[in-house]
Amino acid sequence: MALKMVKGSIDRMFDKNLQDLVRGIRNHKEDEAKYISQCIDEIKQELKQDNIAVKANAVCKLTYLQMLGYDISWAAFNVVEVMSAPKFTFKRIGYLAASQCFHEGTDVIMLTTNQIRKDLSSPSQYDTGVALTGLSCFVTPDLARDLANDIMTLMSHTKPYIRKKAVLIMYKVFLKYPESLRPAFPRLKEKLEDPDPGVQSAAVNVICELARRNPKNYLSLAPLFFKLMTSSTNNWVLIKIIKLFGALTPLEPRLGKKLIEPLTNLIHSTSAMSLLYECVNTVIAVLISLSSGMPNHSASIQLCVQKLRILIEDSDQNLKYLGLLAMSKILRTHPKSVQAHKDLVLQCLDDKDESIRLRALDLLYGMVSKKNLMEIVKKLMMHVDKAEGTAYRDELLTKIIDICSQSNYQHITNFEWYISILVELTRLEGTRHGHLIAAQMLDVAIRVKAIRRFAVSQMSALLDSAHLVASSTQRNGICEVLYAAAWICGEFSEHLQEPQRTLEAMLRPRVTTLPGHIQAVYVQNVVKLYAAILQQKEQAGDSQAAQEATQLLVERLPQFVQSADLEVQERASCILQLVKHVQKLQAKDMPVAEEVSALFAGELNPVAPKAQKKVPVPEGLDLDAWINEPLSDSESEDEAPKAIFHDEEQRPAKQRPPEADEQELARRREARKQEQANNPFYIKSSPSPQKRYQDTPGVDHIPVVQIDLSVPLKVPGMPMSDQYVKLEEERRHQQRLEKDRKRKKKRERERRGTRRHSSLHTESDEDIAPAQRVDIVTEEMPENALPSDEDDKDPNDPYRALDIDLDKPLADSEKLPVQKHRNAETSKSPEKEDVPVVEKKSKKPKKKEKQHKEKERGRGKKEAAGRGEDLDFWLSTTPPAAAPAPEEPGVKASVTAPEEEREEPQGEEQAADEGEQDPEKKPSKHKKKKHKKDKEERPKDKKKSRKKASREGAAEPVENGALDEEPLPPMSSYCLLAENSYIKMTYDIQGSLQEDSRVTVSMVLENQSSSFLKSMELNVLDSLNARLARPEGSSVHDGVPVPFQLPPGISNEAQFVFTIQSIVMAQKLKGTLSFIAKNDEGSTHEKLDFKLHFPCTSYLITTPCYSDAFAKLLESGDLSMSSIKVDGISMSFQNLLAKICFHHHFSVVERVDSCASMYSRSIQGHHVCLLVKKGEKSVSVDGKCNDSTLLSNLLEEMKGTLAQC
Amino acid sequence: MIKFFLMVNKQGQTRLSKYYEHVEINKRTLLETEVIKSCLSRSNEQCSFIEYKDFKLIYRQYAALFIVVGVNDTENEMAIYEFIHNFVEVLDEYFSRVSELDVSFFHCYEPSFPQYLAKHRPVRIR
Repeated sequence: MALKMVKGSIDRMFDKNLQDLVRGIRNHKEDEAKYISQCIDEIKQELKQDNIAVKANAVCKLTYLQMLGYDISWAAFNVVEVMSAPKFTFKRIGYLAASQCFHEGTDVIMLTTNQIRKDLSSPSQYDTGVALTGLSCFVTPDLARDLANDIMTLMSHTKPYIRKKAVLIMYKVFLKYPESLRPAFPRLKEKLEDPDPGVQSAAVNVICELARRNPKNYLSLAPLFFKLMTSSTNNWVLIKIIKLFGALTPLEPRLGKKLIEPLTNLIHSTSAMSLLYECVNTVIAVLISLSSGMPNHSASIQLCVQKLRILIEDSDQNLKYLGLLAMSKILRTHPKSVQAHKDLVLQCLDDKDESIRLRALDLLYGMVSKKNLMEIVKKLMMHVDKAEGTAYRDELLTKIIDICSQSNYQHITNFEWYISILVELTRLEGTRHGHLIAAQMLDVAIRVKAIRRFAVSQMSALLDSAHLVASSTQRNGICEVLYAAAWICGEFSEHLQEPQRTLEAMLRPRVTTLPGHIQAVYVQNVVKLYAAILQQKEQAGDSQAAQEATQLLVERLPQFVQSADLEVQERASCILQLVKHVQKLQAKDMPVAEEVSALFAGELNPVAPKAQKKVPVPEGLDLDAWINEPLSDSESEDEAPKAIFHDEEQRPAKQRPPEADEQELARRREARKQEQANNPFYIKSSPSPQKRYQDTPGVDHIPVVQIDLSVPLKVPGMPMSDQYVKLEEERRHQQRLEKDRKRKKKRERERRGTRRHSSLHTESDEDIAPAQRVDIVTEEMPENALPSDEDDKDPNDPYRALDIDLDKPLADSEKLPVQKHRNAETSKSPEKEDVPVVEKKSKKPKKKEKQHKEKERGRGKKEAAGRGEDLDFWLSTTPPAAAPAPEEPGVKASVTAPEEEREEPQGEEQAADEGEQDPEKKPSKHKKKKHKKDKEERPKDKKKSRKKASREGAAEPVENGALDEEPLPPMSSYCLLAENSYIKMTYDIQGSLQEDSRVTVSMVLENQSSSFLKSMELNVLDSLNARLARPEGSSVHDGVPVPFQLPPGISNEAQFVFTIQSIVMAQKLKGTLSFIAKNDEGSTHEKLDFKLHFPCTSYLITTPCYSDAFAKLLESGDLSMSSIKVDGISMSFQNLLAKICFHHHFSVVERVDSCASMYSRSIQGHHVCLLVKKGEKSVSVDGKCNDSTLLSNLLEEMKGTLAQC
Repeated sequence: MIKFFLMVNKQGQTRLSKYYEHVEINKRTLLETEVIKSCLSRSNEQCSFIEYKDFKLIYRQYAALFIVVGVNDTENEMAIYEFIHNFVEVLDEYFSRVSELDVSFFHCYEPSFPQYLAKHRPVRIR
């Protein structure tokens, strides 16, 4: 029995696995910490053993404990040990632990480099996978540098499982080791077209993340992503791509135009809310990036707003939230469209969910206008009353203030109303935002001169109302408003009705319970008030009353002198002495008012918040130098306080050199205007009526205060804000009536004339004139203030390092460091053998690797150069057919996953041609796009020559600039196949390189009738040389179904693959398209015969060629030669080349003056070289080709093209 | 970008935590407590997105278990919301009726789970 117990405990000691641990923790609910520390002790024992299985078990338990919040960094070395275990199950535990607890500061990480490298190259995909997963969590700059190359190799692993992980981890590697981005990028790009959807999605994710930070580097990928977007059905991928486009469009508005249509289609068709949301977001981003003058897009905005409305109306709270969130983005640029849904937003204020209410509040902020401000704020005030929980109420309060004060009180037409609102807000219990209200009161009272009288009357009432003071305790933030009230009453005491009463209110004993800084303001403003009273009484000759006021002060001030707050005490005792002195003078019947009020003479002007910062330091002024050598006596002390009371205006004036002449002044005025225009805090002179006074020139345009008498100054009773709403309505009504009367008169006059307007009356924002001619005193800015240059870039942003030009060709120094074995002589210790050399430049890649790299680099170069130029072209075309044909056997979808390098240019071609088809093919559907047609140029030669230029430097004269001046005529490679009353067929043929002897015919079918066309089937009569690729299992006589149906007026594109035996001759195939036309009267079987013409040109594939390779090819002498000459050509040489490039699939190798060499390749590998020369009015073309028949046929076809020029 | 992935039960115990950016161990506990507190304080009538500090929390509740994902502001909330559900569906299929306890064990004990997850990539999205 005892033995059994001992054995049991030993068992537990060594065999407690994770499950036991978890169970144990659950069983020790009371003393969990103790139990765990006991377990950790056990684990420490286990880790001391040599048995790797025991260690792994220990580490496994530690991982669990780490997750519960226990520090396990002490076991880091053991984790490394377990990571290096040969057995996968242990290794996995090690990597998991590492991924949970290693970070950049973990010092044992540097021990892992070789282990990880070994695992990455392990034959077992799971070893590799677990290493990648782990590494992603703890990759350091060192690890990233040392392993970047290994991971990059894994991106081409045979297993998608590994490829996917490798692609994803590259993102982390880029972040830690930005130098790796450029070398790895071509391969990453390749992965966008990986056959495995997982890998593809991973690559999209990585590029999306990269591009969001530095979008401009990824613009050239836009065509590729566009293709993915229109072809992918994976919503996860779509969301990322669409997000990516959202980041790209601000840089390239043309991209936005191109995106609008597919995005709106997606919005219409998708049922996935997340995708819909993303589309709406990106459409918004697009519309923001487009200039505002795009009338066509109001439809898109409407669509977005409509969809968002549906989201907001949904019962699902999540959708509601997102809808409001997206709506606020639209609001920024298209406030009008959102304002229409004010009802909905206000409704959301009643929502049970606070986050939804907050979102709705955000929206309201942007929705207010002069017209609806009062109404909205009234609603909000109601919510303030209803609101439960101070947090939300505080939020409401700040929002009300934000809404009202936004853009310099732009929407407030009646400031009395606003002051009343502020006063009402002071009655909120327990708000933290008293200082906000106070700041608003001060701001409005100072800046809106017209309102001062009213503000003062309200403030004195506030000071008078004891309920506020009574309930104000230290923790109650609302007492802050008393600070503002006291200051306003003091500063503008001339407006006070009953100054005596206010003075008394301010000297009540209860005031001493207020916080110190408020008491200080009280004391200071009591004197201001006192000065005003003295002045008033002395003028009235009522010296008795004046002395009474003095007496009151002498009696009450001592309570402040006793204050514990130093500031209050100091001010009070100072003032008390002053008042006592005044009392003495008064006793002698001397007039004192003049002198006392002189203490507070001058008016305070608001100064722009950044004014001080913007005062430029005049030349030659050294602020650190002594103006006068410091004297030992205290003379300078008198100087200092004086400076404080200097009028703000004088400060910059002092710095101005006195001899500034007229010209200089004018220049400065100009500069200042500029500055003001850029300064968001400056109230700009706008055409809105209330600010027109600013237009009046001169210094003495001191704003004239006109208070509309229709608004009484005092509204009896509280709350008052509601009454203002009513009054305001009446006033506006009055205004409207007046306007109508005027308009009527005008109309009458017009009626007598010939024209007549019948405009409906609508009250717009501009119609509402403010109740008062309120002038917001402009904030002062120093003259010749400097423009603000805020550098908001964070130098610590890790993504800044990734701002790398990806299109630049790779330099030799940019290779990824590759691990290299040292020579046997130098490596003394075998352990060090694998340690990578730190300096990357000293490394030489292995031969094989190097070759591979060069290939890679060459390719990257080509693509980079090609893509960059392509983008311009791609963007200038209209979007391709929205719905790509679903893949069917025999019918090849346009999107293929290219495996071979070669295919790239062809892919571009295809994508480009898809774009090309539009303007001619779909006149009915895309009529509005017609204006874009002039842009439908094909600057291919430009592309090619630029490509070359980037390859060889700018050695030869390339016509880059010339192109812009000389637009190319619109070109389309699609030509008419057949047409009847039902349908119009146009087609284009493209060779495909990946399978020789195959060409793809892209056929655009356009329904020209009002019937619905369905069950379309295409069949051709195969010849010996050319046959249609049919679905497996069908006979040569069967047709190939067209994978779509055509509603009236719609066109779509289908692709058919043909196999060609010999390509040296042009081919013709007879065929039929049969279909069922269905309309109201019934359906009929119809057919349309056509003759498909395969010119030799269609077997050519645009292939770029280096000039040296071209020269070699010509030297080889394997080519037969032939030539043609065409006369009467007026077209410019450049356009001519463009035509040949476009219609005959050539690329320019080199061009000098009016002579160019061109190259192309057939799908069966024939080289075709051309030399095109332009004479006065003729063009001669010399050709060389492996096959003379092919060449002569090609030249004949070319002759036909050139003859039209 | 996802910042962290948490599974926490109603008692506030962390069942699974995965951070994609290094966070100090003591800060993790603090963060988890705050996160679960803010999730627990919400009712069914409230939406599943919480603005928390400089990032967003997206959560879903399955019986007593909360799955919370922290993302930065560039992420599509709805997609993450769906992602959580897909994740749970995969768990459910793998463990055949997943429970809280499965979760607390699985990440150490099921070597084939990642592969399983890889094979059954969630492609469906609402």
